[in-house]
Amino acid sequence: MTVCGPMKQYQVVGRKAPTEAFPNPEAYRMIIFAPNMVIARSKFWYFMQQFRKMKKTTGEILDINEIVEKNRNQVKNYGIWLRYDSRSGTHNMYREYRDLNLCGAITQLYDEMAGRHRTRPRSIQIIRTSTIATADVKRPNTLQFVGKGLKFPLPHRTDSAKRGNKALSDQTFTVGRPTTCFR
Amino acid sequence: MVFTRFVEVGRVCMINYGKDKGKLATIVDIVDGNKCLIDGCNTGVARQIITFRRIALTDLTCEIGRGARAACIKAAWKKGGVAEAWAKSSWAKKLAAKAVRGNLSDFDRFKVMVARKQKSKIVAAKVKSM
Repeated sequence: MTVCGPMKQYQVVGRKAPTEAFPNPEAYRMIIFAPNMVIARSKFWYFMQQFRKMKKTTGEILDINEIVEKNRNQVKNYGIWLRYDSRSGTHNMYREYRDLNLCGAITQLYDEMAGRHRTRPRSIQIIRTSTIATADVKRPNTLQFVGKGLKFPLPHRTDSAKRGNKALSDQTFTVGRPTTCFR
Repeated sequence: MVFTRFVEVGRVCMINYGKDKGKLATIVDIVDGNKCLIDGCNTGVARQIITFRRIALTDLTCEIGRGARAACIKAAWKKGGVAEAWAKSSWAKKLAAKAVRGNLSDFDRFKVMVARKQKSKIVAAKVKSM
């Protein structure tokens, strides 16, 4: 699977194509995270092959919907259980992210797995996801942002490159010295 | 160095990047070490996650709870007089002055030049007499 841009959540329903011998094959529903519908369908068949004796050539997709989260105004803690293939083996993992919606957390996950473990999207399988109450947060990095009365200054920052306006660090000549200190 | 401006729930910040550049918003929640959730219901900025690089913290705060809704933020701004306090700040005055200067016509700029010359003449005369 490739990842291009933010991930989305799809509900895919599929079954074996009906035959005269089996006119009513059982339908299966799966929640898939993918950047678009095409990849979601492909992922569905990938997982289906592992669970049941089914494949794309003898099956059919009955329905595919994007699931959009209702509450996208509050920051939530998301716990994600996953399995991934590293260079030397397969590992299970539990990670936590804070975001407005699950898809955002999943996107963060793919980015972080690529950065920390050099994991390609094709070797990540999401096992389970859930929102986590503040009291149940486990990871220290998440814990430090859920406490009460949290505040911190922004002591040093560099100018980010802006459209049509290069970052100070990118300019060959500039009249002013750059400043990294902010009150 | 003592810090006076913090990333915290209720902190009023100014956006310095993108289409909302120059508009005020309120920090509603802190997402992680790089991002926070802001709501600019008073200034037409959509509720969104934004990185700290794209905001500048102001001296102003308003009293809201974590993850407060737009109505609460509006009420808190009114109660705390945030808009008035901002208008009075030298930061806002400088921005306003800059905007006025930016909109001057060629003739207006000429008038500014003449006025500045007159001013410096008076100052020079005063300095000489001292």
